[in-house]
Amino acid sequence: MLKVENIRKTFNPGTINEKTALSGVSFHLREGESVSVIGGNGAGKSTLLNAVAGTLTVDSGSVNLGGLNITHLPEHKRAKYIGRVFQDPMMGTAATMQIEENLALALRRGQHRTFRAGITKAERDMFRDMLKILDLGLEDRLTAKVGLLSGGQRQALTLLMASLVKPKLLLLDEHTAALDPKTAAKVMEVTRRIVNRDQLTTLMITHNMRDAIEYGDRLFMMYEGRIVIDIAGEEKQKLTVPDLLELFSKVSGSTEANDKLLMS
Amino acid sequence: MDLISSMLRMMPDAVAQGLIWGIMALGVYITYKVLDYSDLTVDGSICTGGAVAALLILNGVPMAVAILAAFVAGALAGLITALLHTKMGIPPILSGILTQLALYSINLRIMGKAMLAVSVDKFPLLVSVRDQGASCLVGAAFVVVIIALLYWFFGTELGCAIRATGANPNMSRAQGINDNTMKLFGLVLGNGLVGISGALYTQYLGSVTVNMGRGAIVIGLAAVIIGDVLFGKIFRNFSLKLLSVVLGAIIYYMVTAFVIQLGLNTDDLKLFSAAFVTVALFLPYWKDRHHKEKHRKKMMQEGGKADA
Repeated sequence: MLKVENIRKTFNPGTINEKTALSGVSFHLREGESVSVIGGNGAGKSTLLNAVAGTLTVDSGSVNLGGLNITHLPEHKRAKYIGRVFQDPMMGTAATMQIEENLALALRRGQHRTFRAGITKAERDMFRDMLKILDLGLEDRLTAKVGLLSGGQRQALTLLMASLVKPKLLLLDEHTAALDPKTAAKVMEVTRRIVNRDQLTTLMITHNMRDAIEYGDRLFMMYEGRIVIDIAGEEKQKLTVPDLLELFSKVSGSTEANDKLLMS
Repeated sequence: MDLISSMLRMMPDAVAQGLIWGIMALGVYITYKVLDYSDLTVDGSICTGGAVAALLILNGVPMAVAILAAFVAGALAGLITALLHTKMGIPPILSGILTQLALYSINLRIMGKAMLAVSVDKFPLLVSVRDQGASCLVGAAFVVVIIALLYWFFGTELGCAIRATGANPNMSRAQGINDNTMKLFGLVLGNGLVGISGALYTQYLGSVTVNMGRGAIVIGLAAVIIGDVLFGKIFRNFSLKLLSVVLGAIIYYMVTAFVIQLGLNTDDLKLFSAAFVTVALFLPYWKDRHHKEKHRKKMMQEGGKADA
């Protein structure tokens, strides 16, 4: 489904702030496969996600999604195929618009926007049912402004928006990092439910090693712009946090890197 | 008593001007509030609308065509600003300033001289300072139709996409909306309305001068802010929010008429406008700071008690 081949990205080339964020990343995701991505600060996790989403363009390499080369497609056109949830709960929704308006905008992702009604009665009923399933107490607040919601509610709503039109790929960029532990757990639960229900191909960055181990079919660990560990199947299921730390220090060749991974 | 009676005499004029400038303020509302784009094109495009309408009226073109042409002329000005920003990467404020400056020359070209007169005696003008009562009715009719159309438009898929772009460009891109295209639509629509306002104001005054739009953006902002401060809490519906902008413009002209009545030199009017808008823009900031300061003091007091 997703084929990333040898992508490279250097920020501020030729200046003293030059930083190589991606130095040749390649991987291939099967349809329905979900991957969690971990790594320290500056390992290139977010750059990787942004390169796939089209928020930034890569210096070289290619990104293929569902047989389509999207390397040079602008962000808003890639959105037709990609659902996204950001780290900052403010990023994924329009705060000054109503819950139902946000959902209606998401329902038209990938479509031409015309002079037809921005939201219909049938859609409202559908949204109400969908929100009821999420169990966040939002089904009776369809016309409330999203700015009034809590961070966790906004992330859950963004998840629903990202999956309203089934995406070929779901990108989750540390989407629980800004939440308190209890809310984070709830949003992870909603994530699991939506991803399982729609069998979504998913790439999830997380800073939480336990989430990384528990969630998904596969685990990437990034270090200095490369995927240094790629574990799947039974091997991943047996993984523990100490295993992961040991693996990381072996790959990075230092023990202080442990702290770097833990602290980030 | 004298003041009150002379104020009352000035009311129809203030209301008529407020309604006409209210249409411009609706354009400013679209760019400034809905799109979150500080668009200074307005100062030029209002005169462009007036100049185009005056030229066409003088050449015997039907009124409806003249008004439509004024809309298109304003819209084109907005299009230029949008292209400067989205295609050439020029910051919003600067893109508007560049268009506005260029429009000064273009407006002179359209008019052929610094002023064009259209007399109500020779042409069937829609509004005129000579008949302020009728002008109020015509102005009100324009406002009602325009608000109704805007209310419909911003409820469509396209209108919602423009609103989303103004509210959160990141989110709109993630939902497949081309935010640059939406900015373009918003600027085109906003300045088109400004063009209509210019066409009506030209008829109201009976002439258009190349300096007509100077400071228009400030009046537009004043109308938006007054409307928001006075009616923001009670008007929730989008159409009422639009109405509050026009009411804001009317109130602005009433206040202006009042201070002139009190003896303000009309040469100082722009200084007054600028000061007025400055205060209006400062108030929310000051309130927020004041609120925080109070909160801090309260916290410290409570903290002190807990320590004791």
